[in-house]
Amino acid sequence: MLTTLLDLLHGPLKPEIMLVTAAMGLLMIGVFERDERGLVVGWLSFAFLALVGFLIAYRAWNHPGAYDSAFDGAWINDGFARFMKMLVLIGAAGALLLSFAYFGDVGNMRFEYPVLILLATAGMFMMISAGDLIALYLGLEMQSLALYVMAAIRRDDLRSSEAGLKYFVLGSLSSGMLLYGASLLYGFTGSTHFRDIAAAAHVMAAGAPNIGILFGLVFLTAGLAFKVSAVPFHMWVPDVYQGAPTPVTAFFAAAPKIAAFGLLIRVLEGALPAITGQWQQIITFMAIASMLLGAVAAIGQSNIKRLMAYSSIGHVGFALVGLAAGTQDGVQGVLVYLAIYLAMTLGTFAVILAMRRKGQYVEEIDQLAGLGRTNLPLAALLAALMFSLAGIPPLAGFWAKWFVFLPAIRANMYGLAVIGVLSSVIGAYYYLRIVKVMFFDEPAEGLEPMPGLVRVVLGMCSAFIILFTLYPAPLVSAAERAAHSLF
Amino acid sequence: MTGTPWLSITTFLPLIGAVLAMLMVRGDDAAAQRNARWIALWTTLGTFAVSLMIWRGFDPSNAGFQFLEEHAWIGNGISYKLGVDGISMLFVILTTFLMPLCILASWEAIGTRVKEYMIAFLVLETLMIGVFCSLDLVLFYLFFEGGLIPMFLIIGVWGGKRRVYASFKFFLYTLAGSVLMLLALMAMYYHAGTTDIVALLKPGTFPAAMQTWLWLAFFASFAVKMPMWPVHTWLPDAHVEAPTAGSVILAGVLLKMGGYGFLRFSLPMFPAASLHFAPMVYGLSVVAIIYTSLVALAQEDMKKLIAYSSVAHMGFVTMGVFTLTMQGIQGGIFQMLSHGIVSAALFLCVGVIYDRIHTRDIDAYGGLVERMPIYAVALMVFTLANVGLPGTSGFIGEFLTLLGAFKASTWVAFLATTGVILSAAYALYLYRRVVFGALDKASLKTILDLSPREIVILAPLVILTIFFGFYPAPLIDPTASSVQKLIADTQAGIKLAEGAAHQVATLAP
Repeated sequence: MLTTLLDLLHGPLKPEIMLVTAAMGLLMIGVFERDERGLVVGWLSFAFLALVGFLIAYRAWNHPGAYDSAFDGAWINDGFARFMKMLVLIGAAGALLLSFAYFGDVGNMRFEYPVLILLATAGMFMMISAGDLIALYLGLEMQSLALYVMAAIRRDDLRSSEAGLKYFVLGSLSSGMLLYGASLLYGFTGSTHFRDIAAAAHVMAAGAPNIGILFGLVFLTAGLAFKVSAVPFHMWVPDVYQGAPTPVTAFFAAAPKIAAFGLLIRVLEGALPAITGQWQQIITFMAIASMLLGAVAAIGQSNIKRLMAYSSIGHVGFALVGLAAGTQDGVQGVLVYLAIYLAMTLGTFAVILAMRRKGQYVEEIDQLAGLGRTNLPLAALLAALMFSLAGIPPLAGFWAKWFVFLPAIRANMYGLAVIGVLSSVIGAYYYLRIVKVMFFDEPAEGLEPMPGLVRVVLGMCSAFIILFTLYPAPLVSAAERAAHSLF
Repeated sequence: MTGTPWLSITTFLPLIGAVLAMLMVRGDDAAAQRNARWIALWTTLGTFAVSLMIWRGFDPSNAGFQFLEEHAWIGNGISYKLGVDGISMLFVILTTFLMPLCILASWEAIGTRVKEYMIAFLVLETLMIGVFCSLDLVLFYLFFEGGLIPMFLIIGVWGGKRRVYASFKFFLYTLAGSVLMLLALMAMYYHAGTTDIVALLKPGTFPAAMQTWLWLAFFASFAVKMPMWPVHTWLPDAHVEAPTAGSVILAGVLLKMGGYGFLRFSLPMFPAASLHFAPMVYGLSVVAIIYTSLVALAQEDMKKLIAYSSVAHMGFVTMGVFTLTMQGIQGGIFQMLSHGIVSAALFLCVGVIYDRIHTRDIDAYGGLVERMPIYAVALMVFTLANVGLPGTSGFIGEFLTLLGAFKASTWVAFLATTGVILSAAYALYLYRRVVFGALDKASLKTILDLSPREIVILAPLVILTIFFGFYPAPLIDPTASSVQKLIADTQAGIKLAEGAAHQVATLAP
């Protein structure tokens, strides 16, 4: 027993085990040391995230093509998993940095908060590495439960509690659908292993498409679409984004979305490649609907967090375009997209956290009026982020779009591509509106100076999106290797 | 070829100036503003000087690309590749030539946020030069669309009353056109496996059926940029609201990107489709020439009038380019260069009196010749060049394009020639209302003639307008061999496509 545990600790599961034990240990520290401000636990969590990141990068560096698995293939660690885990870690670490500044202002950070981030990250790792329906569900719930609590972490704040409750109710519903789909798949193929499901589906798909598998696919995709917030399962996003504390929103926008995408790609490409033609239709529909809704619905928003919520729905639509192609290039495109979107969204939320006046956080877009005069560097960086989100070259957002539309064109999905780029033109309108408010309008009262940590996050994110054009090769080839490990 | 990367230096020198201005200039007081202006002026002058080295080293007898530079970039057939041929080289010079004038024109007119203004212009210059130098489709697109950002800010921050509307319209119109081109570009990349323009220029790269769609997608982008009727409506708004220097760049350089795109991509890469759609282009060009000339006749706003006349003049360019004759294409290029000088000068002239009276209403002026004789002379030269009077540069371009059109279709040439008459009508009518008549408006009684700075700006333009009217060779000779190659390649491509169609027809039972 003990030796098995020790083997596990030295085995490929090291990052996950480290995260979970760290979470337990830090919880103890928090309780017994009375870490009221959460600073000790917070910085230790950050250190653990960095350590785990180092471990994964080390493994990827030494054995680029390594394929580890545990629990009879229910847990897989391949190039794809390592790439996605790095993204998740960056998202979690960035959000944690932003949290220090935010909770310092609005009251103390509870020590449970960083622990929840660690637990959620462990859940996301599980999702990304899932090779089995049970592992999938375990990871998903571990992540989701932590996220529900995080949304409601400011329990004395009405909107925060409301966001947590909404997220929980709708999330449970989607988990139910997902479970139903999983049970159908299990029932019709006789296995929970992606590998075996793929084999069984392949045999069955030789004749007419099996209706049971199709139903399983639809329900499973519906559940996952909720997690990536694709239309028509997007209703919760604006309310949760607006209600949750800003750094929590930043975390939601960055990390869980990436993990859910990883899971979606694993299920579709790992378990159901035999019925690619079927799920392509679903993904194509969701991509088109998300891009259009994200572009149109954001126009009327005056709250910047709500606007970012609709913007994120639109961006999910763009990322799905790459997946809809159903090829290795397509998956590579999605990975590049997610990496760039991570930088853009973290950077934007850093700016939202810099919107403080008289010690109060403001969230209305009008409050940015004339920022170009009162705080030019901040305004210029936010403008760069907005142009990048709109996909204007030479900023990184353009490359994100390039790498997802290219595979769509290769797969002859011209209609999807044309609708996609036209909706990006519609979407450009509201990004431009923010630039307009900052640069063309008369200045309002200036904002307070940015806290140092927010400055660090913003600086790194905007440096990435501005300079990406100069040297895009590392990210692109890393994504290529990651995508290759799935095919 | 020498080792010096002249094109990269020319392209990125303004960007270095922008970074310098960003780092060195602090605050917005008078000293900071002065520093920003001088940095911008010296940078643009330096860029112009460097770009003259390109002209000097350019070999007009070589039809291919010169000053080639290539570096690895994205991989998989996408690289950083620069080079110029006879078609693009002069546009680089035009851009670098106009930029110092723009900076000088903004010397006193721009009094707020001077540093940001200069940075925006320098970044814009880098992007514009990049468009003409790129020999890689993706790189081209990057520069082509990146230019929207600084222009959007220039119109929106330093523009007139309806600047927000105008800047949004400019941005979204142009973006909608170019995203379709982006998809076409991806399809080309997929088909050919490379985005190297030199490789893609090989005749017969794309099958005829594909050419039609690619041509339409590129047309969507270039027609908006050009702008061609009926997608020209963003231009009058953008011109009217932009600050003087913004209008100059818009009319002088940005519009030329459309014509350049037709020459660089549409004709040689999609020759069969170009032939197929040429009648449509003729139709749109003739409508543009006649209709926008008539619209110009009715304008009350000086800048709007010149904007509409730009649309009409660009109509000559598209008409000439698609005739696929030596005269038509060379005339089109010459017309673009000449229009780059003349329309830029006209906007500068409007800027001169706008700076004094702060209105662009034609009715607010009259009798300026009494107080501003030098100005009246300069404006007359440019007005007559705009009309296309022999002896000015405007004549050569219009004449050559009409000659080319006459070879292709006499009716097109006939209808387009009426545009020359109409342009005389609106231009001279404008001149009469502004310069002649009685000087009875109180606000004009004390108006001053050109300052030394304004003379420095306008004098080179006057000289060039007249010089190229009498001796156009410096602008025509460098283009000759490249245009010849372009026509030969296009004809070869058409033959290949016809051959393929013929083969299909004979194979079919």
